[in-house]
Amino acid sequence: MVRWLVGAIGLSVVAAHALAAGPVEIGIGYLGYAGVKSKLSLVEQPSENDGIAGARLAIEDNNTTGRFLNQRFTLEEVRLKEGEDVANAAVTLASRNGFIIADLPAEALLKAADALRGRETVLFNAASIDDRLREQDCRSNVIHVAPTRSMLADALAQYLVWKQWKRWMLVVGSHDQDKLYAEALRRAAARFGAKIVQERTFEDTGGARRTDSGVTQIQRQMPVLTQQAPAYDILVAADESEVFASYLPYRTWDPRPVAGSAGLVPTSWDAAQDQWGAIQMQNRFVKLNSRRMTALDMQAWTAVRMIGEATSRTNSGDPKSVFDFLKRPDFSVAAFKGQRLTLRDWNLQLRQPILLVDGRMVVSVSPQEGFLHQFSELDTLGIDRPETKCKLH
Amino acid sequence: MRRRCLLSGMAAWLATGLSAATPASAFIAYVSNEKSNTVSVIDTDKWTVTKTIKVGQRPRGIEFTRDGKFVLVAVGDDDKIEVIDAASQQVVDSLPSGPDPELFTQDAAGKILYVANENDNTVTIIDLEKRVRVGDIQVGVEPEGMAISPDSKILINTSETTNMAHFIDTATRQIVANVLVDARPRFAEFKPDGSELWVSSEIGGTVSVIDPVKRVVTGKITFNIPGLRREAIQPVGIGITKDGKTAFIALGPANRIAVVDGTSHAVTKYLLVGQRVWHMAFTPDQKYLLVTNGVSNDVSVIDVAAQKVIKTIQVGELPWGITIAQQ
Repeated sequence: MVRWLVGAIGLSVVAAHALAAGPVEIGIGYLGYAGVKSKLSLVEQPSENDGIAGARLAIEDNNTTGRFLNQRFTLEEVRLKEGEDVANAAVTLASRNGFIIADLPAEALLKAADALRGRETVLFNAASIDDRLREQDCRSNVIHVAPTRSMLADALAQYLVWKQWKRWMLVVGSHDQDKLYAEALRRAAARFGAKIVQERTFEDTGGARRTDSGVTQIQRQMPVLTQQAPAYDILVAADESEVFASYLPYRTWDPRPVAGSAGLVPTSWDAAQDQWGAIQMQNRFVKLNSRRMTALDMQAWTAVRMIGEATSRTNSGDPKSVFDFLKRPDFSVAAFKGQRLTLRDWNLQLRQPILLVDGRMVVSVSPQEGFLHQFSELDTLGIDRPETKCKLH
Repeated sequence: MRRRCLLSGMAAWLATGLSAATPASAFIAYVSNEKSNTVSVIDTDKWTVTKTIKVGQRPRGIEFTRDGKFVLVAVGDDDKIEVIDAASQQVVDSLPSGPDPELFTQDAAGKILYVANENDNTVTIIDLEKRVRVGDIQVGVEPEGMAISPDSKILINTSETTNMAHFIDTATRQIVANVLVDARPRFAEFKPDGSELWVSSEIGGTVSVIDPVKRVVTGKITFNIPGLRREAIQPVGIGITKDGKTAFIALGPANRIAVVDGTSHAVTKYLLVGQRVWHMAFTPDQKYLLVTNGVSNDVSVIDVAAQKVIKTIQVGELPWGITIAQQ
């Protein structure tokens, strides 16, 4: 009680001081590459502002709250061109902002993190799902808001096992990230009791994604790719490179559902998610950005909201106070996933339920019922504390 | 009171020509079914659903007018509040709320209605007699919980993403204080004597007890149910007895109602009810508490004195809010 009283007095003193001095400015940077990666489906073609659109909405949300607390949030966007030095850009951005939302691939993220070592600025990984960033290559100045590849694979595996679709045929793309996804899926199958009855590879031989008579060929190619398979329940595709997976549904030799990179897809967010109050945020997003919200938008929104949550609770825009608050065991953030999201203290990964979506509807949300854990059921998704290779310094 | 019930019972009998007149001691509960787009009418004497009223899309917040003549139900996806005539049990009119109304509260005189509009960060003020919108108040992100102090001077609105209880002066319609609470504040309730304000935080998993004079959090009620993970405990609806001695708090997907000592704020008991328990209402004699169970599509009846669940009543799909006549 006494402690609380002192805290309250402290807070009111700070608030009064802040009022006198004008709003506390909280600068957030957004660091990403210019241009977008093409998708097989035209309706999934990412927008130029994919990601930052979510950050912008969260800035608005934070500023609505900030009006009552005398805090003002700003967003500074930096887009790198191919070959531009990410370390330099991060340092420049950090000179003006205490927080940086990183929309970067793993290698670039590590360069940025290492360039900012010893500085106060905190990085939020909003885009990269690579497990190594939370394992052997973890960094103490990076909070991971994006889920990991293993979390996504585990979320899918739990549902398929719950459905009793335990015999998988795995088709893997020929690029590195496809192989990493396949590895996560193999691990998930072994953990949750599914069996990969056969594995096939789809070689990327190049070529255009959009052609005028593509369907005719694809309709002949996909049955051939999937014929003469041993008995299986579901085809699981690992194709992060967007080369073939979206061609598989309805075209397999045997009539089987598809999951993984097409069909039933595990993701942190989807435009169809409307449970747990999400409809309000989806509406706000569409109103602000004139398009629907993607997983990357949501990851950036969540990162900026985590900062806002910490600044409102600590009544401070100081990066160190915010970072310390985020690392406290009682920190949690609400992000329309039906439960609080918290940070894994061993690698600063955000725990989160994973949606399973089919492009039009949310089919299910993992963790599934019955997958138990002694600490948090969310830790049944991804690499858990006892297995971690991360040592935070 | 008995006499008035008898009279209204007669009126109902005369109006509808039904031979099975309502017994004198019965109250009428109205339950909004979020998914079915209906309101279930429950006779608290027989504990049965006597009528299902078709309403607009996504009915949630539901409350009797102070005079007991009408039931107001917020139909969020139709951006309005519908007015059900308690005598004919039919929708007779609608009120112009802002977009996506969810919860609302009335002043003590029953003349002014304050509505939380989730979609545009405002509280809308409606004149209940003229049935027109007379003003808006800008609040935090996703306004939800609404409560009014017993003297009607202070309006409370909670905003779910801003995580605050906003104190609004009803005379000037200005925000006079903001109190930070835990994540996703859903519901606010004053103790009947106005000495405390309780605010539930669904995602934070706590109920904040606020001193309405000093406007600071003076205590937090937490819940610990053995065998249940922390994330499943999501407090939403709050009901406090007239004497302020006992409170009931709905814990959402924990499928339980926590019984809380109104003075010490200690949890004394957990009552197992249906799935995803949401909101609640006492019968006017305070003998029973009815709670809505969203996922199991039913209403649990709790004997308040015995602190026991005595009955379950099947209603529509995803029952959300509930109100019981005050006469």
